[in-house]
Amino acid sequence: IRFSRLFSPQAAMTKLGQWLCGLALLGSAWAALALASPGLRLPAPLREALLPLPVYLLVAFGCYSLATVGYRLATFNDCEEAAAELQEHISAARADLSRRGLCF
Amino acid sequence: MAPGGTDKFSVLLPTYNERENLPLVVWLLARTFQESGNDFEIIIIDDGSPDGTQEIAEQLEKIYGSDKIVSLGEIISVLFSSGTAYIHGMKHATGNFIVIMDADLSHHVSLYFVLKQKEGNFDIVSGTRYKGNGGVYGWDLKRKLISRGANFITQVLLRPGASDLTGSFRLYRKEVLQKLMEKCVSKGYVFQMEMIVRARQLGYTIGEVPISFVDRVYGESKLGGNEIVSFLKGLLTLFATT
Repeated sequence: IRFSRLFSPQAAMTKLGQWLCGLALLGSAWAALALASPGLRLPAPLREALLPLPVYLLVAFGCYSLATVGYRLATFNDCEEAAAELQEHISAARADLSRRGLCF
Repeated sequence: MAPGGTDKFSVLLPTYNERENLPLVVWLLARTFQESGNDFEIIIIDDGSPDGTQEIAEQLEKIYGSDKIVSLGEIISVLFSSGTAYIHGMKHATGNFIVIMDADLSHHVSLYFVLKQKEGNFDIVSGTRYKGNGGVYGWDLKRKLISRGANFITQVLLRPGASDLTGSFRLYRKEVLQKLMEKCVSKGYVFQMEMIVRARQLGYTIGEVPISFVDRVYGESKLGGNEIVSFLKGLLTLFATT
């Protein structure tokens, strides 16, 4: 049932579905090239690089993730003025509401 | 459209034990809207708070008038969640735009939502802590790291097209919110994420506005310890189902 849902006109593919399709595509391309029989004559250095490529990509992605999160963490704004402004607003609000008869 | 062709903004405030914060939030909202000349109403959905939040809401209704403050004090359900509060509140909303925000003063009241909506005629305007001069106050390094890390994972997995998915400070067109409420099934943080993801799928336009999230001034935080686990579970569910 889920298989047919993937291909029915109304169904949008889920993100998981997209990832699986993408991985299947890249995976089969890599397998075809890297694990090929000697019938496909690729230059030796290329084949040597191709085999561990998935691991390289994973590591590269890991580094990218760490760098991105680290950068975003470092540039995460601290809203000093907003906090200070909020304190002022609170005082003004309490004064005005008491004046209008609110019993806190 | 609201009668007369002008926009009216209904602010939904789900509350639980917000006796201290509620009057301040209402005062800020009323002042902001009145100064800008926009028509508004504030709908307070209280879940039977034991600290007297409802009583404060009724006092506010007397001060501002019952066309401006609507206090819904019925106990909605045992499993009070943002979702049920919004559904309940929307039934009483007479505006054509709905603003969702927290009633605990963590969201800094801002008119930019209205301005941004007008600027791009967006269906949804979402507040973001991660872009522009948006940000937080009172967060330690650990909390910021978790926030950024979780957001990164969310961006990679869901590619949502919005920078802040777990935020709950948003403006929606009323029909858009109603449509989304029908489709969304999650709870808590994940509910807010699901709204944006589904909105994307349905082709709604989403604008973003930087917001300041100021950590609790009064009151206790309602956050528990199992959050990270339930967040990840929810994220994976969304990943697999949307």
